[in-house]
Amino acid sequence: MRLPEGGRIDRTKPLRFTVDDIEYTGCAGDTLASAMIANGLLEVAPSAYLGRPRGIFAAGVDEPNALVQLADPMQLATTTELVDGLEATLLSGKGRLTGQPDPARYDKRNAHCDVLVVGGGPAGVAAALAAGRTGARVILADEQRELGGALLTENRLLDWLSDAVEELDSLPETRILTGTTAFGYYDQNFVALAEKHRLWHVRAKRVVLATGAHERPLVFVDNDLPGIMLSSAVRQYTNRYAALPGENIVVATTNDAAYGTAFDLATRVSTIVDSRPEPPAELVRGARELGIEVLAGSIVQQALGTRRIGGVRVGDRVIACDLLAVSGGWNPAVHLFSQSQGRTRYDERVAAFVPDKSVQAQHIVGAANAVYDLAGCLDEGFRAGLDAARLTGFDGVPPQTPYTAQETITPPSPVWFVDGPEDRQFVDLQRDATVADVRRATGAGMRSVEHVKRYTTIGTAHDQGKTSGFAAIGVIAQLLGADGPQGTTTYRPPYTPVSFALLAGRDRGELHDPVRITPMHDWHVRNGAVFENVGQWKRPWYYPLPGEDMKAAVLRECRAARTSVGVMDASTLGKIDIQGPDAGEFLNRMYTNAFAKLKVGHCRYGLLCKADGMVFDDGVVMRVAENRFLATTTTGNAAAVLDWFEEWAQTEWPDLKVWFTSVTEQWATVAVVGPQARTVLSMVAPDVDCSAESFEFMTFRDAALADGTPARIARVSFSGELAFEINVDGRHGAKVWNAVLATGLPTPYGTETMHVLRAEKGYVIVGQDTDGTVTPQDLGMEWIVSPRKDFVGKRSYQRPDAARPDRKQLVGLLPVDPDDLLPEGAQLITPDTPLTPPVPMLGHVTSSYHSAALERTFALALVKGGRQLIGRTVLAPLRDRTIAATVTEPIFYDPEGTRRDG
Amino acid sequence: MLLIPCPWCGDRDETEFHYGGQAGVPYPARPADLSDEDWGEYLFVRDNPKGPFAERWSHSAGCRRWFTITRNTATNEIVR
Repeated sequence: MRLPEGGRIDRTKPLRFTVDDIEYTGCAGDTLASAMIANGLLEVAPSAYLGRPRGIFAAGVDEPNALVQLADPMQLATTTELVDGLEATLLSGKGRLTGQPDPARYDKRNAHCDVLVVGGGPAGVAAALAAGRTGARVILADEQRELGGALLTENRLLDWLSDAVEELDSLPETRILTGTTAFGYYDQNFVALAEKHRLWHVRAKRVVLATGAHERPLVFVDNDLPGIMLSSAVRQYTNRYAALPGENIVVATTNDAAYGTAFDLATRVSTIVDSRPEPPAELVRGARELGIEVLAGSIVQQALGTRRIGGVRVGDRVIACDLLAVSGGWNPAVHLFSQSQGRTRYDERVAAFVPDKSVQAQHIVGAANAVYDLAGCLDEGFRAGLDAARLTGFDGVPPQTPYTAQETITPPSPVWFVDGPEDRQFVDLQRDATVADVRRATGAGMRSVEHVKRYTTIGTAHDQGKTSGFAAIGVIAQLLGADGPQGTTTYRPPYTPVSFALLAGRDRGELHDPVRITPMHDWHVRNGAVFENVGQWKRPWYYPLPGEDMKAAVLRECRAARTSVGVMDASTLGKIDIQGPDAGEFLNRMYTNAFAKLKVGHCRYGLLCKADGMVFDDGVVMRVAENRFLATTTTGNAAAVLDWFEEWAQTEWPDLKVWFTSVTEQWATVAVVGPQARTVLSMVAPDVDCSAESFEFMTFRDAALADGTPARIARVSFSGELAFEINVDGRHGAKVWNAVLATGLPTPYGTETMHVLRAEKGYVIVGQDTDGTVTPQDLGMEWIVSPRKDFVGKRSYQRPDAARPDRKQLVGLLPVDPDDLLPEGAQLITPDTPLTPPVPMLGHVTSSYHSAALERTFALALVKGGRQLIGRTVLAPLRDRTIAATVTEPIFYDPEGTRRDG
Repeated sequence: MLLIPCPWCGDRDETEFHYGGQAGVPYPARPADLSDEDWGEYLFVRDNPKGPFAERWSHSAGCRRWFTITRNTATNEIVR
């Protein structure tokens, strides 16, 4: 019910909301949970696995039961701010995605500060004030929408709090982020904050952790009934939200803190059940003065009731109640501290794991440091805030503390579980896991809480063990007869759930990953190209004419390149400008073949291996000048090759004078391919003598095109046909592409046709026909490995293993049925292999196509001892049929190389 | 995310860098003279200490220079 007065809600602003389609009214300032309680709605959806009735249990991020479906799935009623028109559906453990994209706009922000204070309770506000007054750049983040933390629950120092917040607001270098959860604490004080629609990446010189503490539940028989609630939650709902969760209250505690709840609700509290034989006399006296009975040295053994608690059994007595406020002690919220690699230790004095040793530049204060009295929290906060500011180069004086009363905290007397049916004593309410489940785990020999967690699933639900984790640790310790709790599970980010939409920010859809396009891209789009992604590049895959499917289009494109002339946009090839007097020597050391003596104006195909002798990349290298080369790389590997060159030049051979620049996007490349390529070139570049004698294969020249555009024209071929590659400044790419097409001769073709043409010639594509375990010998490319000079990978190349005859070797495959297309990736076996698993595999198909020139299908494959199998048949067993194919040399077309001169 | 001191650019986020493994493992002057075993040792075997570790990084999204730092692998503390 709603109390007639008090609380930090605005009774003049009623808000309507529904829970499971029933209408209720709350107030501005409510959470969904406090508004539900104000409406007498304490029971939530039944538990996920056992279907037992459950009620609101906590008041914050540690809530295990009150899950609701809003627009977002699986939100906590306790952390959902009430807004007008809110529609909530109670959930049993699991939510559901809407299936729709999140329409909200999310953003990211980077921030640097001197002092980041996490947590806006008394210690955090004190720290921010002390640091802020020095002029340091301070960020104060708190997950709640209002600063104050426990002060709001306990109704203390509210005037000081509002003055402090006002002052913090006025400090120009201090930023207050409320409703903002620090959920991840990474190396070198990198802290991730989740504001509602904004993700903050904060790098702080010092961090003050004032993250507070979480109250622990108690484990007893039927401890999951609705009407059992953490004592601090009872106090918070009553004081902060004027929402009373029960009229007839019993308090069960192991420590001092729950007395505050009892005192605040005195007229409605009948009994305090304290596990300590001798609770502090002052508290007992206080309780008795308020007419509250204190049962010392007692524990609640069982909760009574069916849908809601009706009483508790304490020893032989049954005490009637409609609300049981429980306090099993307090856990410092060391989640972020532990994420930052801080170590914790078990402290008997407070029966909890407390911060022991920081690794990063941080301070941990207040309840997070197991300091539970208000004067102590403020004192630690002021000191840490000022220390942090001083350590970053600022100075000031500590603020005057508003509260000095000394409170002695008497040690708690923890109770881990009670005698009675263990399968009704709940350790994890979300997972419906009980003491019996923990006993099964320890009975199976598990000792570590990490193992028990995974065996029982305790602590793996949405709150990641905020209430259940320590309960489990205590139960394990008692079951094993250990000398107190033995350690926690590892705390990992995020502290509370973070939506993927927030993490993604604006990096969604077309902004998810950069898209790279060539200068000719618009033409490709206008002319109906179908694109494929190659790394980040969009490359035309094929250009279907109306009515053509991919097969028909590719066959037509291939025929054009083999019989007349085709044109391809080859701009995406990686290009590296290599300069310096030692450039030739450097390339000699990197490529398997020699480059130092390559003549200016000539090109050479080169192969790169890693030091382990495996093929890494390939491409054509031009010698532009005595001290300058231009190396091309495969499209997807351009950055990796540049990195590879840089690494060797900088770290192994710093004495070599050689430098590298990526020029991939500075050049646009138009490949003119086919028997009529010369005719096209003579029209596009009439000043160039492109006769076979004058313009030799594997040479290039710089020349002006018909319209004066400067170009570098190379006679290289990746198809076996006569071919010229016209390289121009990227900004001229579209113009030159159009000029080539304007000759009326070439057929544009895409990457698929390029792949077919090269495969017909047996040219490999690194990354398709190789996979990082393939040596030059495996590819039959010993011809490109210099026997005279050294190069990176040569020592590996010379190992006997690199040439072992039973390695997987590149071969060709011709399906016995010339219309049968082997799927790329298909596994290959010998014909006599029985198909009972495990089936010994010979290898797999790496490339497979229909060939216009061969008028049949063909493939390349990596096959164990493949060269020995040439002429034999292998099988590709597929799901519904088996394809037989003959092993061949990996070259299918013009093996004599007669076509390259046109 | 590590904050890595690039000797040329200053402290930068880890996302700007590539990791290069243990520092001080030079390419053998005469690989051909090594036994297969020693060559394999060079290629594949690296230290993996818990504690200070000299390692190479490349500021690949920045100045592209390689450099060496000492990082405590247990705490990620970086000692210049």
